Amino acid sequence: MPTEAAELVFDEATKVYPGRDGAAVDHLSLTVPSGEICVLVGPSGGGKTTALKLVNRLIPLTSGYIRIDGTQIGDYDVTELRRSIGYVIQQVGLFPHMTVEANIGTVPRLLGWERSRIRERVGELLELVGLDPEQDRRRFPAELSGGQRQRVGLARALAANPALMLMDEPFGAIDPIVRARLQDEFLRLQGELRKTVVFVTHDVDEAIKLGDRIAILREGGRLAQYDTPQRILEHPVDEFVADFVGRDRALKALALRTLGELELVPAGRDGGDGLPRLGADANLRDALALLIAERRDALLVVGADGSPVGVARRRDLIG
Amino acid sequence: MTGWRVAGGGGPVIPNFGHPSACLEHNGWFCTDWLTKHWGDTLQPALIQHIQLTLIAVGIGFGISFLLALVGFRWRLFEGPIGGFTDFLYAIPSLALFQLLVPLTGVTVTTVEIALTSYTLFILYRTMIAGLRAVPEEVLESARGMGLTRIQTFIRVELPLATPAILAGLRIATVATISIATVAAFLIQDGLGVPIFDAIETPDLFKTKLLAASGLAILLALVADALLAFVQRALTPWSRLR
Repeated sequence: MPTEAAELVFDEATKVYPGRDGAAVDHLSLTVPSGEICVLVGPSGGGKTTALKLVNRLIPLTSGYIRIDGTQIGDYDVTELRRSIGYVIQQVGLFPHMTVEANIGTVPRLLGWERSRIRERVGELLELVGLDPEQDRRRFPAELSGGQRQRVGLARALAANPALMLMDEPFGAIDPIVRARLQDEFLRLQGELRKTVVFVTHDVDEAIKLGDRIAILREGGRLAQYDTPQRILEHPVDEFVADFVGRDRALKALALRTLGELELVPAGRDGGDGLPRLGADANLRDALALLIAERRDALLVVGADGSPVGVARRRDLIG
Repeated sequence: MTGWRVAGGGGPVIPNFGHPSACLEHNGWFCTDWLTKHWGDTLQPALIQHIQLTLIAVGIGFGISFLLALVGFRWRLFEGPIGGFTDFLYAIPSLALFQLLVPLTGVTVTTVEIALTSYTLFILYRTMIAGLRAVPEEVLESARGMGLTRIQTFIRVELPLATPAILAGLRIATVATISIATVAAFLIQDGLGVPIFDAIETPDLFKTKLLAASGLAILLALVADALLAFVQRALTPWSRLR
């Protein structure tokens, strides 16, 4: 398997559990381009987690194909396949009897890396996920907070530099504030690493925030829509998708764009004095919220250094 | 059947000590002159034999239990029946078990060890199975997902995580065996049971001897327990953190 990012293809992938009515995953076909985050989202019973576990063969396919860079997953040796895929789960599943260092080094050890190389890699990864490479490597999972544990879980999954990451509600059990921070850091990491990621969540907002593409699965494991967050919010294919993304989908779509992307009106002679100010990297939803709160019709967009960029009017935001 | 003990052999059992202390003449509970005089010829050998009896029984019992636990853990079908079998062994009164075994293995240390060993299985097997079954599901899932094979999962994850439970079982089994091993003296001249039986058979009850031998058995049990507790802490530093 390639060490950079891999393309993942679901081709009519189907899972039927014996003795159960209907499929868990029903003829799922979609392609995750290499280096992109695909979020699987949907109500419970939508087969998101099942679809994820089909990829590393924790659950065997009933019919159809899954290919990684053109090779069917069934053609790999199952342990080799799993060692080459990063796997992160909600409950993290760190080994309680191993230090952080030993946890992160699990797959490299299985792959027969040298000790010194593992040590070095662990330090690198701890730094990457925002932990202390010296202090934290010697600690046991029981000594870490929930957020720290999930950072270690992420580092462990990244240890052998996998081309593909499978993440099953990794931030689901973490309180909202820490979750938002982990999401931001995950996006920052992804900006550097450019892995192919399949990410399962039941939280639409998380899907919109993290996904390059979102696959919405409906009950019975059928794909309802596979598209960019923008298109899913602006053009839901049916009632189900529209319902699922929520009545506030227009507002959520606003959150996907920043003030900097708008065509702004020049600030004028007064330099926009007296107008509320907001940075160019703020999103349109926050900008609109500010205008509503301040009972104003326009705001001054400023650059990172605080200098005025232009004026955004209320109708520019929602137009 | 030279080893069989019969109470009340008649005749003076307390030998002539030459110059018995006042304490001994009054059959006191703690006569230091007897203790110092007979440490070397009575108490110390009995203590060493007792340790041997215990080590062999617990050692072999641990090995057998481990094999049984492997079978019961791997094939759930056998878990219950094996447990039932160890229950049954544990329930047999020791004196009756000796009687049953003597025709097969004679009046030997082997007979005693078979009985003692079979009693350890009950505790050791149960704690091993419980420890192995208590490994959290998410830990097993992440092990599988990372590409550990079944055997690697067992050796690197399940066994270490079951270690606190296994060692806790070992502590109980060891203390129990030290206590039960005193009945070996019913059959053979081995262990701290011998001076205890002797003291009981003495007319008027030889109090110092009884107290000394019993006290040593209790002390041995406490020391063994503390030692194993130390091993447990040293082997599983992570288990105290939750």
